[in-house]
Amino acid sequence: MPRVTVTVDGARYTDDVPARTLLVHYLRDQLGKVGTVVGCDTGNCGACTVLLTDPDGVPRAVKSCSVLAVQADGAQVSTVESLGGDHPVQRAFHEQHALQCGFCTPGMMMAAVDLLRDNPDPTDAEIREGLEGNLCRCTGYQNIVRAVHAAAAEMRSAPTQEMPLVEAKSAEVTV
Amino acid sequence: MTAPVLEIGRSRLRKEDARLLTGRTRWTENITLPGMLHMAILRSPHAHARLVNVDVSAAKNADNVVTAFSGADVAETQGVLACAWPVTEDIVLPTYTPLAVTEVRHVGEPVAVVVARDRASAVDALELIEVDYDPLPVVLHLEAALGEGSPLVHSDKATNRCYTWVFDAQAAGSGGAMPDAAEVVIKRRYVQQRLIPASMEPRSVIVDPSGGEWTIYSATQIPHVMRFLLAATTGTPEHKIRVIAPDVGGGFGGKLAVTPEEWIAFAAANLVGRPVKYTESRAETMVSAHHGRDLIQDVTLYANRDGTVTGLDVKLIANMGAYLGIVTPGVPLLGAFMYNGIYKFPAYRFECTGVFTNTTKTDAYRGAGRPEATYAIERVMDELAVEVGVDPLEIRRRNWIKHEEFPFATVAGLTYDSGNYEAATDKAMQILGYDELRDEQATRRANQDRVQLGIGISTYTEMCGLAPSRILGALRYGAGGWESASIRVLPTGKVEVVTGTSPHGQGHETAWSQIAADQLGVAFDDIEVLHGDTRTSVKGLDTYGSRSLAVGGIALVMACAKVRDKAQKIAAHLLECSPDDLEFSDGAFHVAGTPEASKTIAECSLAVFTAHNLPDGIEPTLDSEATFDPSTFSFPHGTHLCAAEVDTETGEVAIRRYVCVDDVGKVINPLIVEGQVHGGVAQGIAQALFEEAVYDAEGNLLTGSFADYTIPSAFDLPEIISDRTETPATSNPLGVKGVGEAGTIAATPAVVNAIVDALRPFGVNDVPMPCTPERVWRALSEVRS
Repeated sequence: MPRVTVTVDGARYTDDVPARTLLVHYLRDQLGKVGTVVGCDTGNCGACTVLLTDPDGVPRAVKSCSVLAVQADGAQVSTVESLGGDHPVQRAFHEQHALQCGFCTPGMMMAAVDLLRDNPDPTDAEIREGLEGNLCRCTGYQNIVRAVHAAAAEMRSAPTQEMPLVEAKSAEVTV
Repeated sequence: MTAPVLEIGRSRLRKEDARLLTGRTRWTENITLPGMLHMAILRSPHAHARLVNVDVSAAKNADNVVTAFSGADVAETQGVLACAWPVTEDIVLPTYTPLAVTEVRHVGEPVAVVVARDRASAVDALELIEVDYDPLPVVLHLEAALGEGSPLVHSDKATNRCYTWVFDAQAAGSGGAMPDAAEVVIKRRYVQQRLIPASMEPRSVIVDPSGGEWTIYSATQIPHVMRFLLAATTGTPEHKIRVIAPDVGGGFGGKLAVTPEEWIAFAAANLVGRPVKYTESRAETMVSAHHGRDLIQDVTLYANRDGTVTGLDVKLIANMGAYLGIVTPGVPLLGAFMYNGIYKFPAYRFECTGVFTNTTKTDAYRGAGRPEATYAIERVMDELAVEVGVDPLEIRRRNWIKHEEFPFATVAGLTYDSGNYEAATDKAMQILGYDELRDEQATRRANQDRVQLGIGISTYTEMCGLAPSRILGALRYGAGGWESASIRVLPTGKVEVVTGTSPHGQGHETAWSQIAADQLGVAFDDIEVLHGDTRTSVKGLDTYGSRSLAVGGIALVMACAKVRDKAQKIAAHLLECSPDDLEFSDGAFHVAGTPEASKTIAECSLAVFTAHNLPDGIEPTLDSEATFDPSTFSFPHGTHLCAAEVDTETGEVAIRRYVCVDDVGKVINPLIVEGQVHGGVAQGIAQALFEEAVYDAEGNLLTGSFADYTIPSAFDLPEIISDRTETPATSNPLGVKGVGEAGTIAATPAVVNAIVDALRPFGVNDVPMPCTPERVWRALSEVRS
């Protein structure tokens, strides 16, 4: 069984995992990171979106149902739990009523974080296109678009706001 | 003293959000119990087949597998799934078992089960189950299914006809005779395509049989109904069953269900004596959870040449699917009272025939019967406008109920208590820029532009607040329509509100806090709303049909009044005055004329807790309970206007401007109401443009994933401009009407009317839904050839 070492939300984990294990199932079932959810089985809904560092160490939004756990070996993962509770995107989603049932929300926010890093001042159309891979059945997306605008404005005015997953904390956990 | 700030009417940010935003949500799938096992279900690949043999022995012996079983193995104990709405005396009620025992009747029907230590092992072992199927003829086409000699979905029933239900206004005394002829007769057939509710959270259930009782976690809209039905159909003592709907990720009617999977998990947990969890994959949701809509509407409208409607005749053929869910037969009938919409029709007849087919069952989906009715009437009123040569808004004005005519007894036998269609329509027209867009449309038509502009109108009403129990009884529904609330006033003055409603995204924790805050004079943040657990919320009928506020909210008001009444006696005792001398304002009882002498509810609560100094004979508690059974429905209404651009070469449709003005009565929380409207409109637009569940000729679902069943993304939907008028309901003390389904009911005909309006000059008078570019292009091609 392959062994993986992954840093998730700042804590490092080393585990033996069946090769076929999806990253989302590793996060949920083995690490207890249940903030990240599964909404479909075809990579369409985006509910499982997390940030995963690419080979250059840049965090990118990925659908964790479309990544094998072994592909995350050596990488850093940020889930919704890395946002801490007071991230501008979280505050904006709350203040703009951008969630109802909240099931898509963790993935939607992680996609928004990724979008805003690439484009700190997106237009409506750019937000709608940028979040196209994340489905929401409750809101009609309108307040999500508003929230992303609000978060963008706040993050532009306070650029020191730390993006999640810039560097792992020192915690070291072996499961 | 400054006037207190009322909570009702404030855009309070939601209490629910904190856990949802941080990933600390209690979805059923997030819950793990000690000793818990996982279940996987083998499903039929055939739409109709006899089960010759189901062999689970190899699966049973696989690694990590605790047990495996077939329907035959649990035939005596698995119970049945009940239909709660046998709409006619002679309705055909098929036996509906959780696991198929002798025959499968739709693709995806559960056939066998594996219970294992982990989900992957359970799914792996499904492949070791051997099933011999003997395929049988498949019934899919609604009209063919009713024909002589059609193969049967249920061979023991001799017919595919489930029921025929008739409402005749003349017979009912609410209307006159249907005209034999008229100056204008418009006959149309509309098809309400099959839709999939598709809440983002899949259905999930855990059954824990430990300790001689059953604790069930389920992603359901109806924990109370589930508890009752599980007891009633399996013989399990009701008081030994506890159902918990933890955080539930959307429903839209799709979780207004008791499911085969819940019953199978119950059987499995009983077999192994340990907690068993089952969470469906999205593919399983699509193929086996209930679908919505799916009916054929034959509509005949009779009118005078001046556009005055003289009669409406509606005949429906509704697809039940293979089995009947809890309200399957009744869903189309919820529309029976709404085909007359906002209009004054002198004659009306409605007939609906339910038909079995080899597809997964239909049941409630957002709006349930009312979107279908609204679509038909709003589409056909446009046809009438064209026929008599007036603007579609003018045809509505000539027929609608004027605001001074309320309360109005409709031809369908309901009494609309209130409304102001003129005000909502005027406001919507102004916001849209109706006249300017009509001018632009005329220019584009004159220029023969490739991209044409259409304006679609939907002036809808709906019946909400399900429902007066007596009416439900008269309609042969198996339960009542009341709702319950109780209040616990804690010694420190904090308040627990327990509601029988079961929210799954609607924000009841916030809105109910606002109501209780005003009623009790307690701070918004000092109120906790408890729901969705039959051990704390003992009584309730749950959340569906835009009922929670209009019924459950009123129960809450009544429960608060009881607390206040009792606290008034205690305050009077403490203040040494007569209760009649006290006024309740600003959160306290004040002595009239001496306002500084006062007692708050919290002070009364502490007095009750110590019980040292209470009036003689009074029970030391402020807690209360109330149950509200509405005497009538509530009737939200509004006007939705859609301006759409249609490319006459490619068939592509772009919504340019969407305006809705809804009248949902008094509003508790404008932010939440606006969110409900946005989401409702999105689902209505989705029916008009994007979504359709499609079966092939063998009964395989071709749209079995989100890759094929195209629920819209942010990129697909327009900005929605929403506004309100406010005509309070007169039927309840809050003046509220309900908002959960309004957008979905209103939006679909607005969009399709816009598309057809754009294409009128070409001779197009209908485009079947969903109006994909191909469908639009074909509609144009047909008239051009």
